[in-house]
Amino acid sequence: MSASRHDKGRAANNGNEVLRNKDDAWLARPSTIRLLWRVFALVLVASVVAQLLFKVKGYFGVDGWLGFGAVFGFLACLLMVLFAKVLGWVLKRDDGYYRKRDDV
Amino acid sequence: MFDFLPPALILLAGALLIGPTRGVLRTAVVLVFPLLTLVAIWQVPDGVVLSLNFLQYPIEPIEGSAVRRLFATIFALMAFGGGLYAYRQARWYELAAAYAYAAGAIGVSFAGDLISLFLFWELMALFSTVVVWCGGTPGARAAGIRYAIMHLLGGVILKVGIEGVMVHTGSIEVQPMLANNFDTWMILIGILINAAAPPVSAWLSDSYPESSPTGSVFLSAFTTKTAVLALILLFPGEPVLIGIGLFMVMYGIIYALLENNIRRILAFSIVNQVGFMVCAIGIGTQLAINGAAAHAFAHIIYKALLFMSAGAVVYRTGFNKCSEVGGLFRTMPLTAVCGIIGALAISGFPLTSGFTTKTMISQAAANESLVVVYFLLAAASAGVFLHAGIKFPWFVFFQRDSGLRPKDAPWNMAVAMVFFSVLCILFGVAPELLYAYLPYPVDYQAYTPGKVVFYLQLLLFSGLAFFLLLPLMRRTETISLDTDWLWRVALLRAVHWLAAVLARLGAAVKVLGDRIGRRLGTRGRALFGSDTREGEQVHGIFARAWPIGTTALWIAVLLTAYVIFYYLG
Repeated sequence: MSASRHDKGRAANNGNEVLRNKDDAWLARPSTIRLLWRVFALVLVASVVAQLLFKVKGYFGVDGWLGFGAVFGFLACLLMVLFAKVLGWVLKRDDGYYRKRDDV
Repeated sequence: MFDFLPPALILLAGALLIGPTRGVLRTAVVLVFPLLTLVAIWQVPDGVVLSLNFLQYPIEPIEGSAVRRLFATIFALMAFGGGLYAYRQARWYELAAAYAYAAGAIGVSFAGDLISLFLFWELMALFSTVVVWCGGTPGARAAGIRYAIMHLLGGVILKVGIEGVMVHTGSIEVQPMLANNFDTWMILIGILINAAAPPVSAWLSDSYPESSPTGSVFLSAFTTKTAVLALILLFPGEPVLIGIGLFMVMYGIIYALLENNIRRILAFSIVNQVGFMVCAIGIGTQLAINGAAAHAFAHIIYKALLFMSAGAVVYRTGFNKCSEVGGLFRTMPLTAVCGIIGALAISGFPLTSGFTTKTMISQAAANESLVVVYFLLAAASAGVFLHAGIKFPWFVFFQRDSGLRPKDAPWNMAVAMVFFSVLCILFGVAPELLYAYLPYPVDYQAYTPGKVVFYLQLLLFSGLAFFLLLPLMRRTETISLDTDWLWRVALLRAVHWLAAVLARLGAAVKVLGDRIGRRLGTRGRALFGSDTREGEQVHGIFARAWPIGTTALWIAVLLTAYVIFYYLG
């Protein structure tokens, strides 16, 4: 999705091994990315609908509900990303944090 | 005595031969010795094979069992795959150190007593440090020293525990125990340090990314997984491991989400994956132990594959950070595909080895009605896909176009990656190949339609979460503080503070001393006169030059006095 936004005119930072081609990679085209999103959306829906055909035998009741895996997976990731974000405010330091201390 | 060679010694011989050989011969040594080791591993029967006496203790350097052979097998396979990946790019001493390190891991696998286990344990510590140093940068040297200190410390703690057990029980057998007294706790802590358990998990993410692109492939495999084997052999069913394992699982995810360095993301995900195994060992049922062993086996393969893919990128571009690369799928398609296969396997996607092994652990938790453990492991499975499954390939091979157009991996690296990719898929589609060699008989169905649907939902919606939350995960040029801050900064500050206090104290004492000295000097000069006068000629009573004759006279007087007193006495 965001690949297209950054694709054009991004200067390379290493002179030697770098060629600056005009980006014509199929995977990076906005049309391809739109297509991929659509396919992904279909797959997501299919994975939930599949539960109507194949019963998920929950171990603890709740995990057998329709779409439980989907909601649980999404919320778990949301919580983890948010928690990491908050923790990042406390723990993140500049790259050279230890080097500056003559510790390397 | 025994009619075959100890597997660890074969690989150690290989390590020794890498130095003196050259060219094709060296290549042959690198590729053939792990395979010879593999053959020897499968000659080891169940039970104690070799027994010696050392200081009245029965040493059993080789004891066979299913789980020992399984771990030794994957260590030998890893040495082969790593050797193939590295032999044209790595320096010979890095290869030699890596092979000695692998030999140590195989030695631990077959150690039937705690003394031989400890010896091979230290062999690993020694040569893995050399592998870290082979990174060759000042950062690698410093990280190697920190790594060595941590592992030597872990070794000392382990040794204290082993000696305690030797003295108090009289037995040095490697056998199941529980952490219920000081000795066994020391052994457990010593092993957990190598497993990168809290609070010292930081040694792993500190050192592995500093090694060379080839070195990190070897490092990813042996240390933590021998610790897992040692836990299986010594502490199966130890309840404290469940909590420790769950903490490691979450720690790995959160830190990997914050990280920018490509190989450090993978390093954190080692802690995360080892957490699954440690938790399973804590559950301790036959299914759980099978799960831990199988997961360790599968993990070594896909984690090495991920490090190979990352290593190829670092080798070709010279860049280590997500913020420096991106869009590499254009010119490194093979490396990208292999990296994605490794990423899918670590996430436990159906049809990969991660699915057929990790779900065993979840099943074991469910069978024991451990509700919290089960749901935390499920959340963690989603988190693994988030932090390693998508994040690694996305930021390295896709995201923006960095403009870099490096060549794809050199052919030997490519062959090694393809080999490990095939294994990832092979154990995913035909898990019974692996299940046949697990420690206990396997009565487990990996693929039931319900389970596949559940995990597909879990993983696919984690993927959705990743792309929707991308703005929250923008890469920053940062590191994240860990517990090692306590000794790298806080301890250093405390030492500096103490030095400053002592220096001030020293200055005060000096001032006082000077004052006393001056006062004594004045008193002395008053009694004996000054030691100098104008014209700088010596003048004080003890500083004057005396004629030799006077000295001789005084000596004669003293001797006479001595004789008289002696006679009188």
